Amino acid sequence: MRYPVLISAALLAPAMATADTPTLTVYTYDSFVSDWGPGPAVREAFEAICDCRLEMVGTGDGAALLARLQLEGARSPADVVLGLDTNLTARAAESGLFAPHGIAAEFDLPVAWEDDLFLPFDWGYFAFVHDRERLPEPPGSFAELIDSDLSIAIQDPRSSTPGLGLLMWIKAAHGDDAPAIWEGLAPRVLTVTRGWSESYGLFTSGEVDMVLSYTTSPAYHLIAEGDASKAAAEFSEGHYMQVEVAGILESSDQQDLAREFLEFMLSDAFQEIIPTTNWMYPAVLPEDGLPDGFDTLMVPERALLFSADEAAAQRDAALAEWLAALSR
Amino acid sequence: MTGRIWPLAGGSAVALILLILSFGSLGAVAWRAEGWGGLGPADWAAVRFTLTQAMVSAVLSVALAVPVARALARRCFPGRGLLITLLGAPFILPTLVAVMGLLAVFGRNGVISAILGWFGLPPLQIYGFVGVVLAHVFFNLPLATRLLLQGWLAIPSEHFRLAAALGFSRRDVFRHLEAPMLREMMPGALLVIFLLCLTSFAVALTLGGGPRATTVELAIYQAFRFDFDLSKAALLALVQFGLCALAAALALGVALPPGFGAGLDRPVIRHDMGRAPGLALWDGVMIGLAAAFLLLPLGMIVLRGLPLVAGLPAPVWMAAGRSVAVALASVLLCIGFALALGLAIERAGGVVSRGLEVVGMVSLAASPLVIGTGLFILTFPLVDPARLALPVTALVNAAMALPFALRAILPALRQAEASQGRLADHLGLTGWTRLRLVILPRLRRPLGFAAGLAGALSMGDLGVIVLFAEREGATLPLQLYRLMGAYRSDDAAGAAVLLLGLSLLIFWAFDRGGRAHAAT
Repeated sequence: MRYPVLISAALLAPAMATADTPTLTVYTYDSFVSDWGPGPAVREAFEAICDCRLEMVGTGDGAALLARLQLEGARSPADVVLGLDTNLTARAAESGLFAPHGIAAEFDLPVAWEDDLFLPFDWGYFAFVHDRERLPEPPGSFAELIDSDLSIAIQDPRSSTPGLGLLMWIKAAHGDDAPAIWEGLAPRVLTVTRGWSESYGLFTSGEVDMVLSYTTSPAYHLIAEGDASKAAAEFSEGHYMQVEVAGILESSDQQDLAREFLEFMLSDAFQEIIPTTNWMYPAVLPEDGLPDGFDTLMVPERALLFSADEAAAQRDAALAEWLAALSR
Repeated sequence: MTGRIWPLAGGSAVALILLILSFGSLGAVAWRAEGWGGLGPADWAAVRFTLTQAMVSAVLSVALAVPVARALARRCFPGRGLLITLLGAPFILPTLVAVMGLLAVFGRNGVISAILGWFGLPPLQIYGFVGVVLAHVFFNLPLATRLLLQGWLAIPSEHFRLAAALGFSRRDVFRHLEAPMLREMMPGALLVIFLLCLTSFAVALTLGGGPRATTVELAIYQAFRFDFDLSKAALLALVQFGLCALAAALALGVALPPGFGAGLDRPVIRHDMGRAPGLALWDGVMIGLAAAFLLLPLGMIVLRGLPLVAGLPAPVWMAAGRSVAVALASVLLCIGFALALGLAIERAGGVVSRGLEVVGMVSLAASPLVIGTGLFILTFPLVDPARLALPVTALVNAAMALPFALRAILPALRQAEASQGRLADHLGLTGWTRLRLVILPRLRRPLGFAAGLAGALSMGDLGVIVLFAEREGATLPLQLYRLMGAYRSDDAAGAAVLLLGLSLLIFWAFDRGGRAHAAT
């Protein structure tokens, strides 16, 4: 039987470490803690300076993360939550689980940032990614995409954060015309997937011409694979942003250490890890700037972003419009 | 009678575990909910879509499985055993991988579309209702075939010999031997597949082409993570249970008890097949078509990923080891559950028997998300959920595989009791001795099949583990998903082949073990 062995090992490990060093528990989304995400490097860098143990627990994606916190409530063992985005922060703030961070910082974001509870650690633009060889002249706006005969894969806003991002993008860019845009887009949508991975898989296997992803996605193919063929299409109405944030839980008994972690999060040691592991822009540009290859990325002329309250207010109506247009 | 008490006690204990897993978790979710609302029109649309697609998928899968299973039952050819194992593969594949394989064949950029392209025809368009049903048939045809094949092989060979001696025509054989068997096996197979399709969601969404293909499970997902509306999640899960209960009542109501009487457990040699070349051709075509439909997508997955397996990073291999351990634990649990419950069902008789049989199916009706959330709510105050991730995966998968295990062993169990029970009674065989001498030898084949299924299913499972966020290490399907999430599609393709290979190996090892002394 392997189980008793596994379980007792799991029980013993923290006991040995907590003899005198404190442990900071950070809840985040699953891909952050994966062997290929920022997690391992972040832990090493923070443990080198904090005289503590950093324990990172990954749960699904941002929305699943918040749901888990809400389930756990004030009894949550988490000290810090890292990985919510601005579509979730209103609900997170409303839960009353978060404490003010009390940190003043300068950010390299295209928009001003002002929030007592949450600090951004990275950000990106949503965009439709395509292959330059297969599609040399991509559409330059939603209108052009509607008029094309291209097929796209998007994600379901009910189960995916980028999927919800597209809802907000179209709402922010087209306001009351959003239903008409969705109706026009419906024939272009080959399919809607549960998560980003499935959509992106459809794109890389050539099943669709374009996929809803990020402007930073081509950087992975360029830097990790030496493949310059992927690109993000610039849309003239501007691109909606995803800003990923972290916050301290009020119930944490490690408030000082949690604050130390958030300060570390905004330092070069953390921010340098982000671009080539999370494939997003760092919230505070490190001294050495961005890695080679990021300069080739498309940078939208206009950045779109609802405030957390606006996003929360728009959400249900936007989902209803989306459902109505695509259910036909 | 002491001979009745132990099986009943064991069966009840298992039934209790199953009820806690499904209804206990549902109750926990409902208990944490604040305020109750009703279901909206969108939810009812989801219910309608779910029912329709599940019904069509189940009927098609079982109908297509009849000629395939019959062909496999009466034909002997080299590689037949291997083919039967391979044909089971789609059922045990993680959906994410299977959908990619299906699209490599049937997609816009797939093999068939490419061939159509040579003739100037437009690519295949499978997204929509057709795509959902195609995928569900792909997943479930193997299961239906295996279940029916078990039925065919359970007809004592003496009956076929007698039929041949009496000069039965093929129609007579069908009417007197095969039709009663089908009448017994088909409702159960239909029910199992209907229930499987009922709780499917990632497949339905991806191939359904959009929110038209919203299933109840997706609505539960939305209630939980988009609205954090636990009451609605619980309500929808209850609706799902209701639908399943209805289907179960219908299916079990029309199923017939077995009536084949005694045989000498000889391998089936079909004396009625010698003189029909047309029939051989027909069987060959059936087997060939099924093999092409099921194996081509698998072939595409292997073709893409096999060269990349050797280069997989270490964390993937460690995850593979962890997954195998979970799968083996799951097999032990599942076989224990199935035997305990099966014996109780066989012994109890009447309403209790029917009731236990329904409980044995109940985990199929449960929403994986609700089970996961409910268990989380129940265990969180007591123990760090991360420590439970792997044991919970093993337990839940054992419960998920139990309905199949039960379906596979029940007919054989009933038949063993019907044919040998009286003799065993005369000899005063009870308890363990009776189990060892009378029952188990006749259950080898279905038990092996059930063990293989439980192991393979839990290899590929991703569902329940997500909330528990294990810290000590990911399982192979989770690593595969993480690789895809980290853009590493090459490593993901390699990991998919590794997962497929390990699942098949586990399935084959147990299934083979169960058939060691049979001539099939």
